[in-house]
Amino acid sequence: MGFDIENYISENDKNNVILFYKGNVDSDVINHVLDTVEDKMVEVNEQSKLRKKVYNVLVESLQNLYHHVDRVPEDFEDQTAEKYGMLVVQKVDNGYKIITGNFVHAENIEKLEEKIKRINRSSQDEIKELYKFILNHQRISAKGGGGLGLVDIARKTGNKLDYSFKPYNDKYSFFYLNILVDEREQS
Amino acid sequence: MEPIIIEGTPKTPTVKFDASEGVFEIKGRSIPENSVEFYKPLVDWLDSYKEAPLAKTVVNIKLEYFNTSSSKCILDVFKKLEAIHKAKNEVEVNWYYEEDDEDMLEAGEDYESIIRVPFKMIEIVE
Repeated sequence: MGFDIENYISENDKNNVILFYKGNVDSDVINHVLDTVEDKMVEVNEQSKLRKKVYNVLVESLQNLYHHVDRVPEDFEDQTAEKYGMLVVQKVDNGYKIITGNFVHAENIEKLEEKIKRINRSSQDEIKELYKFILNHQRISAKGGGGLGLVDIARKTGNKLDYSFKPYNDKYSFFYLNILVDEREQS
Repeated sequence: MEPIIIEGTPKTPTVKFDASEGVFEIKGRSIPENSVEFYKPLVDWLDSYKEAPLAKTVVNIKLEYFNTSSSKCILDVFKKLEAIHKAKNEVEVNWYYEEDDEDMLEAGEDYESIIRVPFKMIEIVE
């Protein structure tokens, strides 16, 4: 299936996957994922700076799913999950890749894409200012999110947000966010 | 005023707010999904403390991780402290960050630039 995250990762990358999850993203799942990834990074003696960045980005990506995912389409195989998401954590050369996937209702795509584009055309200094502006001016939404997750991810990684929308049907697309957390020095 | 003493969990910090000593501490990890639920009692408590604060209040923030949803709640805590400071009471925030944790240092600097209360950035060297 075109929206399946397992196919999204190319064959040769699969060896380095340290965690794969798809299903309901609730509080317990988040705890479990964080513990697992943290333990693995400690196991391989990952330096604390990178470890912290990965942990932070993982918290934000999981909680983005928790707070913002749209309901799954009516004909989707898994109807039990209220907050359906997919997650892959992968070891790459200089760090880690965190890939998330979730359904987005057609009417929400434009807003989400606009937000990402705004972040991606900003410099690191602009992202820092944007973060502070949202922190100081925007209240926590009814969904419980602060509207800062993506900005924080871009700020902490220093990398552009790599994303795509794969159409599922007329009403839904599957949204992939591909985050690289690497060791390069931030400017 | 009864102090607030909360034991830390993997997702919520250890909190010690003692009005009799004027020393407040938030320590550990703050990454709950629902941060408002956790922080509201703290903000309400500070609202009461603000009515009759000590001449000097010291706040120690020693966070290892915090999520963006907590970041707004922490700002609410600081806004209460700012009000206490504005009413001519001494308030000092000690923002601790681990050696090499530039992200945590920057987070402290963000607050320092928003809140009109003296901040001290303190590096924890292991």
